[in-house]
Amino acid sequence: MSSPALPGRLRLPRLPAALRSPAQRIAVGLLVVLAAAALLAPVIAPYDPDLPDLFNALGPASPTHWLGGDAVGRDVLSRVIWGARTTLLGPLLVIVCSTAVGGTLAILAAWCGGKVDAVVSRGLDVLFAVPSIVFALVTVAVLGPGLPAVVLGLTVAYTPFVARVLRSAALRERNLPYVAAAWVQGRSAFAICARHLLPNLTPLIVAQAVSAFGFAVIDQAAVSFLGLGVQPPTADWGLMVKSGLDSAMRGQPLEALSAGLLIAVVVAAGNVLGDRLGEEGR
Amino acid sequence: MKSLLRRLAGLAVVLLVASFLVYGMLYLVPGGPMAFLLGNHSGTPEQIAAIRHQYHLDDPFLVRYYHWLSGALTGNLGSSLVYKQSVASLIGARTTTTLTLVAYAAVLIVLGGVTAGTVGALRGGRTDAAISLASSVFLATPAFLVGVVLVVVFANDLGWFPVFGAGSGLGDRLYHLTLPALTLALGNGAYLARITRASVRAELGREHVETARSRGLAEGRVVRRHVLRNAAVPITTVTGLTIAGLLAGSVVVEDVFGLDGIGSLFVRAILQRDMAVVQAVVLVLVAAFVLVNLVVDLCYSFLDPRMAP
Repeated sequence: MSSPALPGRLRLPRLPAALRSPAQRIAVGLLVVLAAAALLAPVIAPYDPDLPDLFNALGPASPTHWLGGDAVGRDVLSRVIWGARTTLLGPLLVIVCSTAVGGTLAILAAWCGGKVDAVVSRGLDVLFAVPSIVFALVTVAVLGPGLPAVVLGLTVAYTPFVARVLRSAALRERNLPYVAAAWVQGRSAFAICARHLLPNLTPLIVAQAVSAFGFAVIDQAAVSFLGLGVQPPTADWGLMVKSGLDSAMRGQPLEALSAGLLIAVVVAAGNVLGDRLGEEGR
Repeated sequence: MKSLLRRLAGLAVVLLVASFLVYGMLYLVPGGPMAFLLGNHSGTPEQIAAIRHQYHLDDPFLVRYYHWLSGALTGNLGSSLVYKQSVASLIGARTTTTLTLVAYAAVLIVLGGVTAGTVGALRGGRTDAAISLASSVFLATPAFLVGVVLVVVFANDLGWFPVFGAGSGLGDRLYHLTLPALTLALGNGAYLARITRASVRAELGREHVETARSRGLAEGRVVRRHVLRNAAVPITTVTGLTIAGLLAGSVVVEDVFGLDGIGSLFVRAILQRDMAVVQAVVLVLVAAFVLVNLVVDLCYSFLDPRMAP
């Protein structure tokens, strides 16, 4: 995967290498635009996303309402823009938390070996026995519907995937001579893990996180679609596909289509970047 | 044989731990098991006493877990607070719909995915590019969106298929389940096509394939005997994982198409906080997931005797 770093020197991950081909530049561009839309929602959304307007109920696309109106006449474009917040924030939290927990477990297991490794690995085996969406649904059953429960459930569900890949990589890295050299020089285990193992694993960690992002977006949107995630009237893309199904059957497909296509675009962009970074990291 | 036994023992341990966690869910809820079991319902004193008795709430935790587990192993999964029925019969009545859906989707996934991947790898050029693009698109599209598009276009607008329900009788049932199965199959099939394409291409470049060609074997025979046979191992792995995941995926698809299967029972039970049903369905889903994975592992030994358990 990567060449051993000199002891005491941080090797920066070559992230900009992911931007070489046009497909990756488009993917990054799309993600940046959507993230900006999510952040700037109060500024750029043309209408209040929760304000019903009966004259616009199931309204077609028009110069005043670019994507028409939903069943109660709320502006679909404004809801799409505001919906980017919940739809993207949840998966982002899932990825950050599961990467942090999974990475820590992986390095701990690889460094300590023996019993710690055995316990961590068997624990991961048990977690692997539950499909990720079932984890999210069970957490919702215990804590009640809403974004926090879904994020918590998906974090637990994604941790074993992160941990398994990183554990074997950390194990390989740990057995390289430079780690033994640092150990002989009297560096502490924590210092070696934090200053050498972690930086050397970073490209792989980033690749993993980016590829998992798309799956997290799909899973979270699916839970919202089932009515168990983000609750109405909050705008959310998964919920909009659900409520848009009725409108689509009554001849106004824009709500379901715009929200659904945006989910697909985010996932596709994540996949393009993740594949590429995965190749780089290897 | 010995490692097969070890494998089975490991599987039993995983299931045991999973069942312990599923049972322990009761104690994670704010308010404890009583609030959890009553859910949204404010119970009468008699109901509360009945629940205390039914769940042995006055016994120590491990004794209660033992009672629940031994009940579950003999098919007694408790009774639903909402439906006032045994959970086993609720699940039993819905297995046909869910299993037919999963089997139908699995057939579509294997036929479509393996064919598309193999054709892409063998033909190359534009065919390959088109198949790769299509699989990337379907891979990025969530199942519920595919379902919504199919319902609106083929059931609502064109009227070729029924919108809701599972039908009765085999032919009618398959007709009703065509769109749901397609929904479940597209994303997973796309993934399988990708894996198939990659492993067939990897095999095509191997030396033993060159050798077979230079020995003058017919191309069809080279592909069947030397390429596909060797490419089958990663394909089987992914197929198995995919099929194991279909049960979980059917939760979403059943919801889109209003099918009364185990998945929609699960979603309704969560919304109604009918916890006996939630626990039982999770247990069934996990057991099925683990069992399918075991079957896949056993399949390896047929494909490649070196990997015999």
